[in-house]
Parts: sequence; C-alpha cells; structure tokens
Amino acid sequence: MPTPLVVSDVAKSFTMHLRDGIKLPVVAGVSFSIKAGECTVLGGPSGAGKSSILKMLYGNYAVDEGQIIVTHEDGLIDLAHASPRTVLAVRRQTIGYVSQFLRTVPRVSALDVVAEPLVERGEEREAARVRARSLLAQLNLPEKLWMLPPATFSGGEQQRVNIARGFITEHPILLLDEPTASLDATNRDVVIELIAAKKAAGVALLGIFHDHEVREAVADRVIDVTAFAPGKLAA
Amino acid sequence: MIDEPLLRVSALSKFYGSRVGCDNVTFDLWPGEVLAVVGESGSGKTTLLNCLSTRLLPSSGTASYRMRDGQFRELYRMSEAERRFLMRTDWGFVHQNPADGLRMTVSAGANVGERLMAVGDRHYGKIRATAVDWLSRVEIEEDRIDDEPRAFSGGMRQRLQIARNLVTGPRLVFMDEPTGGLDVSVQARLLDLLRGLVTDLGLAAIVVTHDLAVARLLSQRMMVMKDGRVVESGLTDRVLDDPRAPYTQLLVSSILQV
Repeated sequence: MPTPLVVSDVAKSFTMHLRDGIKLPVVAGVSFSIKAGECTVLGGPSGAGKSSILKMLYGNYAVDEGQIIVTHEDGLIDLAHASPRTVLAVRRQTIGYVSQFLRTVPRVSALDVVAEPLVERGEEREAARVRARSLLAQLNLPEKLWMLPPATFSGGEQQRVNIARGFITEHPILLLDEPTASLDATNRDVVIELIAAKKAAGVALLGIFHDHEVREAVADRVIDVTAFAPGKLAA
Repeated sequence: MIDEPLLRVSALSKFYGSRVGCDNVTFDLWPGEVLAVVGESGSGKTTLLNCLSTRLLPSSGTASYRMRDGQFRELYRMSEAERRFLMRTDWGFVHQNPADGLRMTVSAGANVGERLMAVGDRHYGKIRATAVDWLSRVEIEEDRIDDEPRAFSGGMRQRLQIARNLVTGPRLVFMDEPTGGLDVSVQARLLDLLRGLVTDLGLAAIVVTHDLAVARLLSQRMMVMKDGRVVESGLTDRVLDDPRAPYTQLLVSSILQV
C-alpha cells in the first residue's frame, strides 16, 4: 500500500507573548505515516495534541521542527516548510479536512457550502450541486434546509453539512476531527459507511474519534499521541 | 495556469519626511489570489496600497507587474499616461467611501459605462446592455440605471462602485476597507458578492482592512502590519489560528465573539 503522508520528528509549541512570552510545548518527536485505504486514528486524552497534529498537517498551525512529507501531484512536498500557495494547492487537490465545527459564510446556502470544494477543483457548479444533494440526502439533512445558510442550523445539522463538504471530493488524504461528535446513532452509522467507502476507494484517512463505537468500526490502527508528549523526548 | 506572479514587490518603502509610511515590504501576488493587509489605523496599510496602485510614489523599492503580453513592467518607471491606462483597464480600485470612486452626479449606468468607453467601447446599445448586466450582478435593479448614486443607499453605492471597477475585466483589484462604514447586514451581502465575483472572475486582489473577520472570509493570504512594517505573513487561517508575532496575538485576542 502506498504511503501518501509521512510525518517525522515534528514538534509544536505555542509562545504566548501576551502572557510574558511563556512557552507551551504541545507535542514533540511526532513520527508516523498513514497508508492508502486505511483509517488511522489518533488516540489519547483531551489536550494530548491530537487536534494540533491534524491542524499542522492541514497547514492551519505552523510547525516548529520536523517534516511533513506529502505525495502531491506525483511529487513530494514538505508541508512544514511549504509556501502558502503550495499549501493551498495541496488542500485543493490532495488533503481534505473535516473540521470539528463548520465555519459558516453569510448568505451561502448549505447546498453551495457542500458543493464548493468540488467547484474549486474545476467541477461544473450544477454537477457539484447534484453530488451535494445526494450526500446531504444520505446524511438525512431535511431537504427544506438545503437552500438555507447553515448559520442557524443545530449543531448536528451543521456537522452533517461539514461532513458532506469534506467527503464530496476525491482527495487522496482525508483528515477528520471528531466528525461524529454531535450526531445521533443513525447518522453516525452513515458516517461509518462513508468512511468505509473512502477506504475502499484507496483514500488514506487520519481521524480523531472520541466515540468508542465509531472508532471500533473504522480504525485500522491507533496511534497513541501521549507518546509524543514534549517531556518524553528526553527519555 | 501560468506559473508566474502577477505582481512582484520588493523592499518597498515610503517615508513622509522622517516619518515611516511603510518600510521594506516584499511579497509576490499570484493570479487569482486575494491578499489581505491588516493592522490598526496608522500601521501603514493604506500607504502601502496607495504605493502599489501608483497613487503614491514610494521613496525606494520596486514593484513590477506582469502585463497582458506576459512582460513584467516596473510600475514606477512607467509614464503617467501608461499608469493611468493600467488603472483604467487592467486594475480596479474600490475606495472605502464610494463617493471617492464614483461620479455622484451622473447616472448609475453612466458610472459603469464610462469605464467601458475608456477602454474604447463606443456602441451605446452594447454599453448600456453591459451596464444593465453588471448592475444586476451587483444586485441593483434595472430600473435604477438612470438614477444618480446620490439617490442610492451606502450599500448600493458600494455595490455600484464594485460594478464600475469590474466591468472592464481587470486582473487586479485594490480595495481599501471595502465594507467599512456599512451596517453588518449590508456588509454580509457585500462580502458574499465580492467573494463570488472574485472566485468566478479569478481576480487577484489586495484588500486593506482592519476587520479580521473580513480578511478571513475574503483572503487566502494575509500580511499583518505595524508601524509601517510587516510583522507576520502567511496563509490567512494559519495567521489567525496560530498567530506568532506578539502584535498579531494581540489583534486576534481582541476580536469580540458573538
């Protein structure tokens, strides 16, 4: 199986300049890789740095040390040192991301929020909307909501919009930050099916799932993030 | 896609006597990219914008622009006439106050049509049809085409200014606080409109704003300025989610949550 993403010796800390410059180490010595067709799960308690790792992989957080090598358009790119333009190209073509919370844009309908990543990849708007409709239907979002901006939706409804948006494209790598946190059992099962379909299609998934049942159902491998606690590095 | 920047800026500085306007600013802007320049008033962001749009000449540094023929031209070595031509055709400038960018005493249609005539269009029927089309794209009813912008609300004036700027199909648009001074509901509508137009037309834009939410919504890249210097730059969500410079941390931590 190909290995589209390799993380080696990554470290991250926050320097709080407004708090007399105290330094908060988050993770150190992060090294792992993910495989195509597998779902790798980041495990460990809250605060262990799971989300921070995902955010570094997506370029939301800067990386202090180490390398994040991703296979992008037949080449290798080190995301830890890539230019903003390269990171944007990687996001468009290679790495998808389902964040924990949906960031809504005023006046844009749920349907278009979901269709947008496909349009950005050059798909016709109408074709993208057709695909968006089928995903929203699969996730049981009531049809009367599709044309409304998601800002006023419930947490579970927003999350389903967010999931549909993340799953609509065929990115070879997909990052999932607690995609099932506010879903009921029926929709949790839909997400499990969607993940299985991505695996079958050869996508490499990396996720955080606090829900034990979901994790059991999707995980091929669990990486214990506490092994990357900053204090452990010296040992 | 052409793999060359549209604009290359190198070590640009502007001093007002001994006062610093902007100091040693360097960046590249690529086609289709929206760059937000943020900072408080007095940080030098408007000085930078005015230098880039050649409304002001810098004290030192260079900026070169890739013309439609693919050749880079040094902006500050062009003749005044060449710069004016660029401004009228390939560039747009959206002012914070629409009155600065519109002719308030001619009709809305003429405001849009005037830019078309400047690029050589002479056919009245075609100009009017294009004007109607652009007014509808910025959500101004066709029956307002003969009204003067004086009779328009602030939000409508701003949308008209955008139509006037975009009608010639520019490749680069400068915006100075495009949503400043508007009600939030009007602002949301304008932002949505700008976002759509920028994506559909593949425009490159440099947007000066003090509003980080506006920057987050419109831009992919961001430069944070303080005292005339760029203190931090990068991907917009990286700068906002993981601000590293003390000043950026202060800005981000000062946003009011709704």
